[in-house]
Amino acid sequence: MIDPMAKTLFEKVWDAHVVREPAGEPALVYIDLHLTHEVTSPQAFDGLRLAGRRVRRTDLTIATMDHNVPTTAGPITDPLAKEQLDALVRNCEEFGIELHATGSGSEGIVHVIGPELGLTQPGKTIVCGDSHTSTHGAFGAIAFGIGTSEVEHVLATQTLPQRRPRTMKIDYVGEMPLGLTPKDVILGTIGRFGVAGGVGYAVEYAGEPIRRMSMEGRMTVCNMSIEWGARCGMVAPDEKTFAFLEGRPRAPKGADFEAAVERWSVLPTDDGATFDRVETIDVGTLVPQVTWGTNPGMVVPVTGRVPSPGDYANADDRVATERALEYMGLKGGTAIEDIAIDRVFIGSCTNSRLEDLRAAARIVAGKKIDPRVVGLVVPGSAKVRAEAEAEGLDKVFTDAGFEWRLAGCSMCLGMNPDVVPAGQRCASTSNRNFEGRQGRGARTHLVSPEMAAAAALHGHFVDVRRLEVAA
Amino acid sequence: MKAFVRETGRVAIIDRPDVDTDQIIPKQFLKRVSRQGFGEALFYDWRFDENGDPRPGFELNRSEFANARVLLAGRNFGCGSSREHATWALQDYGIDVVIAPSFGDIFRSNASKVGLVIISLPDAEVKRLMESVNLDTGSDVTVDLEKRVILTPDGREVPFAFDEATRHKLMNGLDDIGLTLQHEDEIAAFEARHAVT
Repeated sequence: MIDPMAKTLFEKVWDAHVVREPAGEPALVYIDLHLTHEVTSPQAFDGLRLAGRRVRRTDLTIATMDHNVPTTAGPITDPLAKEQLDALVRNCEEFGIELHATGSGSEGIVHVIGPELGLTQPGKTIVCGDSHTSTHGAFGAIAFGIGTSEVEHVLATQTLPQRRPRTMKIDYVGEMPLGLTPKDVILGTIGRFGVAGGVGYAVEYAGEPIRRMSMEGRMTVCNMSIEWGARCGMVAPDEKTFAFLEGRPRAPKGADFEAAVERWSVLPTDDGATFDRVETIDVGTLVPQVTWGTNPGMVVPVTGRVPSPGDYANADDRVATERALEYMGLKGGTAIEDIAIDRVFIGSCTNSRLEDLRAAARIVAGKKIDPRVVGLVVPGSAKVRAEAEAEGLDKVFTDAGFEWRLAGCSMCLGMNPDVVPAGQRCASTSNRNFEGRQGRGARTHLVSPEMAAAAALHGHFVDVRRLEVAA
Repeated sequence: MKAFVRETGRVAIIDRPDVDTDQIIPKQFLKRVSRQGFGEALFYDWRFDENGDPRPGFELNRSEFANARVLLAGRNFGCGSSREHATWALQDYGIDVVIAPSFGDIFRSNASKVGLVIISLPDAEVKRLMESVNLDTGSDVTVDLEKRVILTPDGREVPFAFDEATRHKLMNGLDDIGLTLQHEDEIAAFEARHAVT
């Protein structure tokens, strides 16, 4: 039954952050946490300097180094990357911003360290000059990526003018089959609705399969909200959320934590609240996913085949398929399991947390990767790296033939030296298979950590469910 | 920000769906710390081959599209990464207006901050507009933000919808931060009652 007073999770958080909302104008929304990194901030700080402005809330702003940093030990050799990292150090000093610099022990991918530090919390508004900021929505926050002008706007005013998006709920039902991961759930979702299917919407991922997911899994799902165009993705906070945050360095402590949990507990969508759009997905029908083309919507089950242009009724889709097949060096009709790979990348803000590394390690433990495959494992943060090493995961990976690297964005976008050479094919746990994303001419296939690990062992894609049954 | 009221200029067509910002400005150019000079890097990997020579097959390398001010594009233009460098590169190249059936969300927002005019038209209307361009000689179009109409090469007036607040800002070249800071007292009052843990 529709209850006019009932609110969705999104509406509760949004309404609590509207500073002003004059008729016909965008609302001015207060921002609780502003995460920054070296690539999208230098021009924003320049703008502040030019206008003689300061950072309004240095206490709500943090910075880290992630996009450009090398994942091998030793000094940075790329002079442009060094200049950008140096600029971040200078800007943080000049404007009084807390910096989690390389080597500090608390550095890492911005979307990994926010939750890790306990800064990402339910009910917050969180922005960052990076489209994968949607990750933080896994905690019941409104979190979205912004451009550099908006970074400057938030630095100067701690607010952003925003039009209220429409709301959508994806109701997941059914049982997660063995071998199906949160990555497959979100890839399957994007495959169903297309890369623009979520444009204009704040999406809530709901239902039992989401409730049963770990916080890491929920982060993987929310992370890829932008890959189908959504403004943000959210999951209602629950006991798992609170347990994840308790004891984190920047989470409230003691009585403050209890009070916070009380506030957070009323955030989930009320019974009777309405969404502008509701969709249902039965996860029981999904199988592990592999992208074949040049955007994340070009995805099929591992048991499937690469499509042909003739499979599509729409002319734009036919053209896009033709271009994608040409770029990817694939023929329509090829079985996914027959596609040989040259590289494997396990990392990125989508899949570089401890749980992801454990899942991949479980597949490769005691085995060797195909000798033709170059495998790279890049933990999401210095802390994830240390925790993984404490469990011996580094040894599992290196024994299997993988390289074990320092934390950073790395081969997800290849701004540092970790690039896939032209024409080579990479099974990647990252979030984008755009042309040139991992290097000019590089061919990316997005998969889960388990599927990436399995592909590394065999030198081509394999259905990880068969391996698990055999094991 | 430069004000935009009405402009007539050469039109270029990139009729591909889902052109992402990684293509508009490839990552190797994101290490710069200034806003200037991104035009030469616009669509770099599509525009130039491994030796840095123009690829004859790429749309913007057609002579009829040289010095384009208006870009006609496919659906979901500017999807993907939040990099504002994509809008800077388009502007630095000379593009002041992009017309497409739909746009990536963050790209649309970035465009409104830097004064790049983004116009959504129905799919069929964009196709018709593309077909009206003379591919042998090139064509000009006029975009009138004040009247919210496009004057097409075949002499039609095509009206378009536009967010009123953004239109006011673009037509007057207003700086968002300055506008927001006019309400600093309201921000301070909000902060006084809003605790962040």
